[in-house]
Amino acid sequence: MMARQTGIFYLTCTLIIVTSGLFFGFDCVYLAQHVTPAIPAIGGALFIFVMATLFRTSFSDPGVIPRASLDEAAELERQMEVPNAGSPGTYRPPPRTKEVVIKGQVVKLKYCFTCKLFRPPRASHCSLCDNCVDRFDHHCPWVGNCVGKRNYRYFYLFILSLSVHCIYIFACVLTNLILRAQQDNFLTAMKESPASVIEAIVCFFSVWSIVGLAGFHSYLVASELTTNEDIKGSFTARRGADSFNPYSKGSIFKNCSQVLCGPVPPSLLDRRGYVVPDSSQAHHVSGPETQKERESNSVNVRHEYYGSTTVTNQKTGNMGTNTAPDLPPPAVVTTADEMLPAGENVKKREMISYQTPDGTINNKLPPLNGTSSPPTCGGRKNHIWDMTLNQLNYMGRSNNHAAIHGTNPGSVYPQPYRHSDYLSGTSVLPAVKGNKSTMSRGCSTDF
Amino acid sequence: MDNMARLSSSQCTKVFLQRDFTEGTGVRFQNKFPQELEGKIDRAILERTINTVNSIYLEAESLSGRTYCESCFACMTAYIAYLCMDTHYEKCLKKVARYIEEQNKTVFVQQGLMLVDPAERGLRVFEICILTEQQNR
Repeated sequence: MMARQTGIFYLTCTLIIVTSGLFFGFDCVYLAQHVTPAIPAIGGALFIFVMATLFRTSFSDPGVIPRASLDEAAELERQMEVPNAGSPGTYRPPPRTKEVVIKGQVVKLKYCFTCKLFRPPRASHCSLCDNCVDRFDHHCPWVGNCVGKRNYRYFYLFILSLSVHCIYIFACVLTNLILRAQQDNFLTAMKESPASVIEAIVCFFSVWSIVGLAGFHSYLVASELTTNEDIKGSFTARRGADSFNPYSKGSIFKNCSQVLCGPVPPSLLDRRGYVVPDSSQAHHVSGPETQKERESNSVNVRHEYYGSTTVTNQKTGNMGTNTAPDLPPPAVVTTADEMLPAGENVKKREMISYQTPDGTINNKLPPLNGTSSPPTCGGRKNHIWDMTLNQLNYMGRSNNHAAIHGTNPGSVYPQPYRHSDYLSGTSVLPAVKGNKSTMSRGCSTDF
Repeated sequence: MDNMARLSSSQCTKVFLQRDFTEGTGVRFQNKFPQELEGKIDRAILERTINTVNSIYLEAESLSGRTYCESCFACMTAYIAYLCMDTHYEKCLKKVARYIEEQNKTVFVQQGLMLVDPAERGLRVFEICILTEQQNR
């Protein structure tokens, strides 16, 4: 159940294993002889627990909600269908939210276009894993997986035990250095065991963020919140006096025992199940052995995200029936443009993908992994980035653009609006110079 | 049985009962009687079945002493114990599967209906197939 970017996960593993290895190899030997043999024993137990919870977090299903079957999606479509009033050029998707009352608190459920379902309360769609995850907490790049309903416990225990492990190693290393320094001076002690110095530096710098994170998650566990809800401030007092957290059990103790010792919901993914090809919108999709299918699905998904499902429709012949089933092909550009001025989609996506509670990865741009994934996927992501940028720029330059659009939904676009021009990068906008570097990222493939 | 179910369920009309979130995020299905089943099955029978299924899920998700001990024991073994034991929740899901199969055999198939185990649908919906009706699409 690993997402595509696993580099940081290996970094986490290496850091923990190398630091602990140095500790066991050098400091423990000295400390076991001079202080007590309990030191390596406790350290070993901690190390095993840390690694076990780390692997549990990384390799277990975070609580992915399987995608809806074809009939189910069709039924939801039927329920949601709203008469489409308005000219064909100004298509607006029907409102896709549903309100439910949970213990007297109104909670809005959003429809997920990718998974074709109304996300249950507390669930959210992870753009990196491309799945809806129940009780979505956040996507943690350090463990290379989403943190959700099924692995939050392991994640919390991982950071808790890691902070203890970190403090333990730091304390032992200092003891080691001080004991050695008593026989001689401090500099010779550092020369005698250079490994201790490395460990001390690693521990000193990592302990702050890890302990901080553990403290933050302890607060979340005690109040039965997720990072996602905490960041959004879903149940804070600001939103009104009667806003409370409907998921809380009432007391700190009950919340803790619910998270740490509560029942373990089994994975709902059918890993051994057959994969229904795209034509019937597989509901078994996910799991390591279906990576290929997921990738190809995610291509379609990206399109839908930006509101241009009709393009997908043409390409795959069976997708995109949800947003614009009766839209004539020329309206593609219109739909895409309508979504654009809001610019919300782009921002939202960026936020979800790269929020981490420790804030270290926050500001990085989405990495370009066009080479590692199939040519349609990684590259495609960037095309859309570029496309939207181009269009936004163009919008900024010419104000009459919208007017042209409203009146001419058909094929009478002025020259720059043709599809091929959108995708040919810089050639379409020779006048815009400011953003050239951003736009010129490869846009050579066709739709 | 499994193959046959798949074959027939792909063509027939389906009725979906959605999740009921009024009590929280626990698994629970609405026991409102769907209009499409009017005249096909007795209201009381369907309601009883759904209530039974709901109560098994409630049992699975409640924080009983047993789950508590189970989780603590697993934690002691650094969660390696989960590799070789079924959790209480999994046992409950199997119980639901058995119950639904039995209900299908004894009651529903005779009435031309078939219940689908919600676990097969990711616990999103409770699906009821009307075997006698072809899907019109």
